[in-house]
Order: sequence, then C-alpha cells, then structure tokens
Amino acid sequence: MAKVLTRVELNGVVNDVWVEVPENEPAAWPKQAELAVLGKPLPRVDGPDKVSGRAKYTHDVNLSHMLWMKFFRSPYPHARITSLDTSRAEALPGVKRVYTYENTPDISWYANRSKLFDTTLRFVGDEVAAVVAVDEHIAADALPLIDVEYEEMPYVLDAETALSPDAPAIHEGGPQDAPGARNLQGGRPSLYTRGDVEKGFAEADFVIEHTFRSPCQVHACLETHCSVAAWQGDKLTVWDSTQAVHPVRESLAQILNIPIANIRVICLYSGGGFGSKLWINKYTVLAALAARDLGRPVKVTLDREEDALAMGNRPANVMTIRAGCKRDGTLTALTLKNIGSVGAYNAGAGVGTPLREVYRCPNVSTEESNVYINADVARPHRAPGHVQGTWGLEQVLDILAEKCGLDPLDFRLRNYSDTDQVRNLPYSTKGLREAYEKGAEKFGWRDRTARQALSRGPKKRGFGLATQIWGGAGGPPGYAVVNLYSDGTAAVFSGGQDIGSATRTSMLQVAAEELGLPADKLSIVMGDTQGTPYGFVSGGSRTTPSQAPAVRMAAAEVKGQLLELAGKQMNLPAQRLSTREGYVFDTQNPSTRKPIAEVTKELQFGFGTGDRVQNMLIGKGWRGPNPADVSVNSWGAQFAEVEVDIETGEIRVLRIVAAHEAGRLVNPLTASSQIEGGVIQGLGFALFEERVLNNASGRMVNANLHDYKIPTMKDIPEIESVLIDLPDARANSVGVKGLGEPPIIPTPGAIANAVADALGVRVFETPMTPQRVLEALEKGLVLRAQPEEGRRA
Amino acid sequence: MPARRKPTSSSFSFTRRRFLQGVAAGTAAAVVAPELGRAQLQIDEEISGQPRVAIRLRVNGRSYRLSVEPRWTLLDVLRNRLDLTGTKRVCDRGECGACTVLRDGKPVYSCLTLAVDAQDSDLETIEGLSADGRLHPLQEAFVRHDALQCGFCTPGMVMASKALLDRNPQPSLDDIKEGLCGNLCKCGTYTKIFRAVQDAAQTLRRS
Repeated sequence: MAKVLTRVELNGVVNDVWVEVPENEPAAWPKQAELAVLGKPLPRVDGPDKVSGRAKYTHDVNLSHMLWMKFFRSPYPHARITSLDTSRAEALPGVKRVYTYENTPDISWYANRSKLFDTTLRFVGDEVAAVVAVDEHIAADALPLIDVEYEEMPYVLDAETALSPDAPAIHEGGPQDAPGARNLQGGRPSLYTRGDVEKGFAEADFVIEHTFRSPCQVHACLETHCSVAAWQGDKLTVWDSTQAVHPVRESLAQILNIPIANIRVICLYSGGGFGSKLWINKYTVLAALAARDLGRPVKVTLDREEDALAMGNRPANVMTIRAGCKRDGTLTALTLKNIGSVGAYNAGAGVGTPLREVYRCPNVSTEESNVYINADVARPHRAPGHVQGTWGLEQVLDILAEKCGLDPLDFRLRNYSDTDQVRNLPYSTKGLREAYEKGAEKFGWRDRTARQALSRGPKKRGFGLATQIWGGAGGPPGYAVVNLYSDGTAAVFSGGQDIGSATRTSMLQVAAEELGLPADKLSIVMGDTQGTPYGFVSGGSRTTPSQAPAVRMAAAEVKGQLLELAGKQMNLPAQRLSTREGYVFDTQNPSTRKPIAEVTKELQFGFGTGDRVQNMLIGKGWRGPNPADVSVNSWGAQFAEVEVDIETGEIRVLRIVAAHEAGRLVNPLTASSQIEGGVIQGLGFALFEERVLNNASGRMVNANLHDYKIPTMKDIPEIESVLIDLPDARANSVGVKGLGEPPIIPTPGAIANAVADALGVRVFETPMTPQRVLEALEKGLVLRAQPEEGRRA
Repeated sequence: MPARRKPTSSSFSFTRRRFLQGVAAGTAAAVVAPELGRAQLQIDEEISGQPRVAIRLRVNGRSYRLSVEPRWTLLDVLRNRLDLTGTKRVCDRGECGACTVLRDGKPVYSCLTLAVDAQDSDLETIEGLSADGRLHPLQEAFVRHDALQCGFCTPGMVMASKALLDRNPQPSLDDIKEGLCGNLCKCGTYTKIFRAVQDAAQTLRRS
C-alpha cells in the first residue's frame, strides 16, 4: 500500500505526516446528491444524557477508596524555594502523602525548561507541592501547614517591558539572553515576507498605521481541569477532562515508562476545553504516581482560581499594523509587528495568519515576537491568534475604506483573493463571496443608513462587518471502526472526542448515511482509548474533517459486505444493490428490496441446543492524505449592529448576522449552535474579558467568575446564523471542513467596526469597556477641536 | 415516607463510632454491597476533619441519614456522599448557577447552602426531574432545540428554568433572561435556551 507525506495543520502549526493512501475510499458524494441523514437537523444523540444529569464527566467520577489531591501553588511571580517543610501537613490526620521536588521522580516539563516540581517558580500558580488526603477538605486543610521559604526574584508581567535590556531574565542562558533578545522565545522573532513592502507603500495613495492591544483572556471552561487515576496491577485507568484522550495516553506511557497498551484514558464528556485541554497536565501525572504509591484511586479537581491561574490563556498581544492602498481601494502593502506574551514557558502567541492570507496583497511582511513574562503559560484558545489578529486587521480595512470613500463591504470585495498567497495554491472551495452576499442580505447591510435614524438621544447606532479565515482541513491520523450486528443495528467506534460540538451526532450521521440506516439504528463511542481506535486531539476545528472520512470509509467497508450477503440472498449481483432507509434495494428495480435487519439475520445461527452465535460485519477506516495541490480553509463574514451610549460609554450589541462556510453542512441544528457559541465568546473578548494582574504582587485579581466577566444572557445580541452548504469534494470524501473556531474569529472585529461607525472614533484596546469608549470619545473631541494646521504639526 | 423530624440535641451527641455503627446497620448496608460498606466505614474512621453531625436530607423524595462535617456544603454532600453528580460544581461561590437545585420549589445555589442547613426541606435535583425514566418536558425541549453544548451548565439551567416556569408559566423573553441570568454558560447556548424554555412553557401549559 502506498504511503505519502501529507501536510497537516493544527492551530497554525504545520507538520508533514506519513499516511497510508486508502485504496477503497468511497468517492465524494455529488454536490446535488439527495442525502437521507446528512444535512438534517438531528438533535444531538447524547442530549438526553446531558439534560438528565446522567452524563458522567470527570468531575463526577467517584470511586471506592478514592483519595483526593490538592495543590500548593506559588504565591510569587518569580522566586526560588530556599526551604520546604511538609512535616506539619503530613502529621494532619487523614493526610496520606505530600509530594514535592524532594520525593517526586525527576520528570522534565515545559520542553525541558522545568520539571514536575521545580525549585525555581516562574509564575503565581506554579506548582510547589501536592497533598493527598482522604477527602478534599482535609487535603485543603493541609495546604497552609506546608512551610515554604522563598527567595523572591525580580519579575516582569508584560511583554513590552520584558523585551527591554534591563528587564529581569525569566530563563537564564540560551538565545533568549542574547543581546537584543532578552526574554525572546527562541532568541529571535519569526519573520515572513512576500513582495517588496517598501515599494508597496510607495505606490499607495493612503498609508495608515495603528497599534492594537488585546489583553490576556482565560478559557474559563465550566468544568475545571480534573483527573482521576486508578491502578489494577500494572494497568492504569485515567479519567481526564481533556480534548486528547489518545495523546494523553501516549504521554503517560512515556512519562511513567509503561506500555501504551496498559493505559486507558477516558473522557466521554468534558465540560468545555476551548483549547486549554489539548495535552497532559502535571496533576494527571501526579495523580497516577500517587495512586500507584498509595494503592488507592486518586482524584484531583482544580478549583476555579487554580484554573484561571495555571491552566492557560489566550496571550496578550500588542499589534502594530501598517497598511497602504490605492485611491481605488486596492491594497498595496501590509505589515505587522506583533509582540505576544507567552507566559513563563514556551507557547505560541502569533496573530499574523489572517493578515497574510485573507486579502489579496502582493507586498506583505510580518514580524512576530513570542515573549516570556512571569505569568501562566498561554495555550491555544478557540482560534488562537486569529481572534486578536482579525480584530486589528479588520479595523485597518475599515479605516482605509473610509479614506477611499468606499463601502467596507466593497473595499473587501475589491481585495478578494482567489488563491492562497502564502502557499501559492488555489483554494479547494471558497464560500466567502456567498457569505458576504447572503450575510449582507440577511442583515440589510446595503440599507443600513435607514436604521442609523434609529439613534435616539445619546444612544448612537453603528454597523460593522468583518471577515474570517481558518485552516479547517483537518487530516491524518484518524481511525474508525464500524460494526453491523445481526439485528440490523450498527455501532461506530471513532477516534477523537465530542467536546460539546455534537461530534458524536455528526459521526453517527455520516455512518448512517453511508450504511443506509436510520440514525436511531446506530450507536457511537468516542472518548475512550480502550473503546476506540486512535484519533488525534479534538481541537483546532479538526475533529469532523479528520474523523468523518474515516467513519465513512469504515461504514462503506461494512456496506460492501452487507451487499455481498444480500446479493446471495436476493440472487442479484452485489454491484447492482445499494441501501437506503433501512433497506437493501436493487438499483435497477428499486421496488425489489429487503430490510437490512432481515439480511443480517443470517449472521445469527443456533449452535447445539439453542445457544445463539452472533457473527458480525466489521469495517475499518482511516483518514487519508490532504490534497497537495489546493489549500483547504473555512470562511465566514459577520455583520454587527450596535448601540453606544456616548454619555455612559456602554456598548450594547443588538444584532449579529453570522454567515459561515465550512464545506458540507452536516447538521444545521448543531452547526448553528456552534456559530451562536462562537459569536457569544467573541462578544466576551470584545467587551468584557481581561485577566487583571496586580503589578505590585504579580497576582491575578479576578480569578473567579464574578470579577472575570463572561457574557450572561442579558448581554447577548440577537444572533442569526447563515449556513452556507458548499460540499468540498477536494477536501475529503465527506466534503466537510472545520467549523469549531471560525465563528468566534470575526465577531470582535465586526463589533469594533460597528462601534467606530456609531462614534466616529475608535477604541484600540480590548475589552472595549465604557471607560475606554469615553476616553476614545474625549480624545476624538480634542483632535477635532484642533485646527487642521495644528494637527499636521 | 418517613416523618420529618428536627434534629434533637441527642442526635448531635452521638459519638461518631456509634453513629457509624448505626449507618452500617441501616442505610449504608441497605444500599451498598456489604464489602463496599465496610470499606467505606474504614475510610470514614480514618478521617479527622471536623467533628461530624448526624443529619437527615430529603432529596428527590427519598430520605437519607448522613454524618457530615458542619462546613460541608449541600453541593459537596449531593455529589460526593449521595453520588448525585448531575448537580455540577463550577465556581463554588455562588457566581454561576451550575449547582442550582430546588429547595421547597425555590432555586438555590447548593454551593452556598450548608448541608446541615438543608434539613427539613424538600430538595429536588436534576436526577429527580426524570426519576421515572422519562424526560421532563423542559429536558425534552432542551434536547429538541439543542440548548446545550458541553452540557456542564445544563442541569443548573434546567433546574432554574423549572423554578421559573413553576412561578411564571408564560414568561416573556425578558422574564427568561431575568430568571436565568444567574446561570452562566461558556459555550454560548443562551439563544437556544430561550427557545427551549418558551417551547416547554407552551407544552406544559397545554398539558
């Protein structure tokens, strides 16, 4: 069998992956194919378990004899432990053990820059010790009994300061200490150039430059990070609130030096991840070590504050964008300088992809610096980089459009790109033009001036739009198995997980469509390494485009066997048969048909005196390579209507129309849920969410859900989804692309542009709080009060 | 159904050993396999923590005799002693509504209610809503309208919605927002929750 290298992207990181080319993969369904299950609004199959409280999340796993673990965390942003005494904690009745750097295996962490327990602490929330006790309260009682002495060290909390030569070094030695590279991850920025930006700016009629600041945003998953570990002999079972059951299993095998096959990782349900649960965490390893040492299951559940302090975030960014265009609106040059704060250890804080890829522009350069600071380490956070990058870029587009006297939508259409300019490839499909058209129509974009009249008194209406790109191709590795049983029901076993995006339902629909069975004849397992074949992380909008083709291929293999069986029973060649709505039928004479459950009866036969023997049909599928000659992306545009009170500075978002294209529409009901959720999270980024660190202590002052504001029911606008169904036959055999990240991407930009439309001034920093709105208004008034001459000078 | 009884001073003066003997002979032995019951007892004996008190809780129409530390919240006890894990812990300080249960029909945050204070009331959790194995019309509406994603806020949302509909069978959109805005969802399911609650209200009015 042929193996090829194929390009796979995850959250902007690209890898070449070896993959076997499937020989019998079914051809993509024709665009106009009449499908029975795909594209239908099937309610999610695990809905009843979730609404009834039956669904068991990791938080809900309670085992007999179970012990509880709690962490002692660094109160300082930068310190060295000079002495550590756990004797008082260990003496507390009910405490089983206290783990510290002194009694824990030497396990390296953070890409070998640190250890499971380090003596140098680099952020508030860094792990110092872990207490294991008979219950959670007693473990918590023991924490203040741990005596630690520290040598406090100078710290730095923002990336711009961290880059200055006299800033304290967060990691000593190595390229981040080279002259001019203080605290710079890798010792240099990452650079990209195409064309000649100087020439581009020289050709421009208008050139603008603005700096945009977005603060750090935490994930705030409702289910805090959590693991339960239990050993049976040399076999380890771990329940983990994760987006990556299979990768967590492999990491555990490597760290604990035990066979992969001896480990089972389970996460049937997770209470939100949004990118913060993509890999193994320290507490999972410690729970496994403690459970082995103490011979009892160990559970660790982080509290809300710990989750905010130490479980990742969307990094803060300072983005300076310079842009030039001709009088007719043609972009001539775009540059970006981005300074992103990755936190205390290596992470990604790039924001440049939208600027490099969304609009046609021959001359582009980006310079992006990932900078260490003494705060928690960044993790991917729904559409990493794209949310911030798009928020800045889309405002620049509007400013240029105004200079040219062009409608913002026309300006974007003038710079529409039919090719991927970074990879020099055509797009497989690009439904952006349709998203613009249908979204604008639904929103009433062209008639919006009539609605401007709705402004009343101090409340000013404004309208804005923004565009979105996301690399939603998915790719290998991803495997699936489908079993068809003698009663005509089928079970799907798929790699990957359902992290709340209705993936179980989508995969079940794919299998039902291929098998010709009604959806209620199938069940599905995802999120259990022992119960499913391998799937990579469920993040980066990759699960559906990666797993759906594998599921379809497995179902097709079963279907082939079913038709062979039916052919013998019906005295027809199998090639003439197909399946639909629970029947095998003759394609040349559709009235000749037989229920699938009748055909499969042959699989069951008596054995001896009435013992039943069950044969079954089994099919295996896997994700093949991505196409090499096209670029696969998901697209969308959002339109926002806002009302801004110029006396209080309060922004109310009244309406968002979100038009998105992600290949074939698998399920309009659950797809619209994804879109609404993305919009609401985008609203949180734009208006409310910000991690606030106290400069005097380095501590986060709003590590709770009261002070860290996420949108409530009263904050949200009317949201209308426009679902563009555009099967992408080049992408994969199901024609699907990822929809997870896309809907959060354009929301903040659309809101920002609408606010600027309402006010005539811009807010260059998120969240766009009432105070920042009032400051922008005041600044705008001062500027306007100055004579033209003065402004030039 | 056992009569409600206020805890007397004598029930507090049980020694822990005597109380646990009582539990082993009664409730625990009745519902848990004998071996497991013994194991649980040993673990309880190890615990120091704070001195425990004997309480009775009535949850979803069933009465439970328990020994709890006074500081344990109702949420802790529901989840970790009664294994009623449908009620979720998210913020543990009354900010998000995920732990909402009904106390004599009124929605309360079980993370802000001490277990010892929850005696003498009828408690209803998400498990009680479909105790007969059939989903409540609200739960059906949540599924039908896809008013859930990760599902972690969902039990609290459903319980808060039930309390809302019990006191206001025909809520406007603003009534729903007012009634449920103490419940946070991070996935962003709010729009669909509005539809589900309105739809369920209609179903319940018809029946």
